[in-house]
Amino acid sequence: MAKLHVGFVSPERELWSGEADMVIAKTVEGEIGILPNHAPVLGVLVEGGVLRVKRDGELDLVAAVHGGFISVANNEVAVLAEAAELGSEVDVEATKDALQRAQASIEAGQAGADARLEAKRAAARLRAAGEEV
Amino acid sequence: MGAQLRLLRRRIKSVKSTAKITRAQELIASSRIVKAQQRMQAAVPYEREITNAVSAVLSNSTTVDHPLMAAKEQPASAGVLIVTSDRGFCGGFNANILREAEALKGHLTERGLTMKPFVAGRKGLTWHRFRGREMVGEWDGSSDNPAYSDAKEMADALIGSFTDDNGIDEIHIVYTEFVSMLTQRVVVKRILPLEVQEEAEEAAEGPVPYYEFEPDAGEVLDSLLPRYVESRIYNALLQSAASEHAARRRAMKSATDNANELIGVFTRQMNQARQAEITQEISEIVGGANALADAAAGKE
Repeated sequence: MAKLHVGFVSPERELWSGEADMVIAKTVEGEIGILPNHAPVLGVLVEGGVLRVKRDGELDLVAAVHGGFISVANNEVAVLAEAAELGSEVDVEATKDALQRAQASIEAGQAGADARLEAKRAAARLRAAGEEV
Repeated sequence: MGAQLRLLRRRIKSVKSTAKITRAQELIASSRIVKAQQRMQAAVPYEREITNAVSAVLSNSTTVDHPLMAAKEQPASAGVLIVTSDRGFCGGFNANILREAEALKGHLTERGLTMKPFVAGRKGLTWHRFRGREMVGEWDGSSDNPAYSDAKEMADALIGSFTDDNGIDEIHIVYTEFVSMLTQRVVVKRILPLEVQEEAEEAAEGPVPYYEFEPDAGEVLDSLLPRYVESRIYNALLQSAASEHAARRRAMKSATDNANELIGVFTRQMNQARQAEITQEISEIVGGANALADAAAGKE
């Protein structure tokens, strides 16, 4: 079966690149799963989404993606994240803490868009790290 | 000890300590160039992908009409992002940038546009403040190690002013391109209205496939173009940072060389002075001894 060539990049570095069987990302329209020989697509990713790359014989690559794009053409998948973290790089304790603080300030009713964004991002990071949120 | 000798010793001591400082600066700059180059390399994949994505959208939708791409019929003012360094000690780095910015200002004035400076880097800020020039945007503190968020901040300000009816109608950027360790070049680029640079190799790959868009081409372009501008600015900041370190290394190297040469000259002068002093002392002693001997001979 044909393979997908995936490049997962953020402005500051290339997070991962290699071959994969399936890529699942969350666009503003909903989840999108890319299998080999998918039609060319260019989608806008949501803030605080989780990217999952299924690989042969290896654990899935999971990452938190904060906005960006996914572009698919000729079995080449490019994930352009505005900011991203691999699940394996997430500091779970610190992120849980950040999530709680953000949620507390939202519940207090005084939180602006910043806290909401922070909560969304923290939740995505935790999901990427394999935690239940 | 003669006064001249003491003076020269003091000069040598001070030049030596200067040489130590410039040598240290040179070594620091050398190690930072390597890091800055790595950061430039790390940013390449994103830039390539986003350029591909933009050209994919543009080649797929025939009716592209986006505010960031439309050239205004009667442009009245142009924003210019001038990327300078925060610290000095880097030779002609900032002077070259500012000279080029002045030249650009001349060109714009010829076309009937007023220039609105957006300045990054402390050296550029002081240059403008000293001349009483008004600046629309000011940023400092990150010239030697720019983060993507810095580029985003600048891009937001520029795009905000561009889309505002009373704001600027064009955006140019003046920065130093890092060609190699030895060559850096000041370049002036227009970033808005947008002209996507399609790379020559893309043309060889044949026609761009027909894309589907999520949600649709217009909205993808809406969020894609600002990111593209951000990535262009980020690239300029990274290039400028690497160039700054390279310029500093070169300036500090020639400063160290000059100091060492000066030490050589002073050491020779000092030796000469010491030798002259010794010769004088000997001739004084000999003269004195002769005088004593003559006096003793006169008594007999």
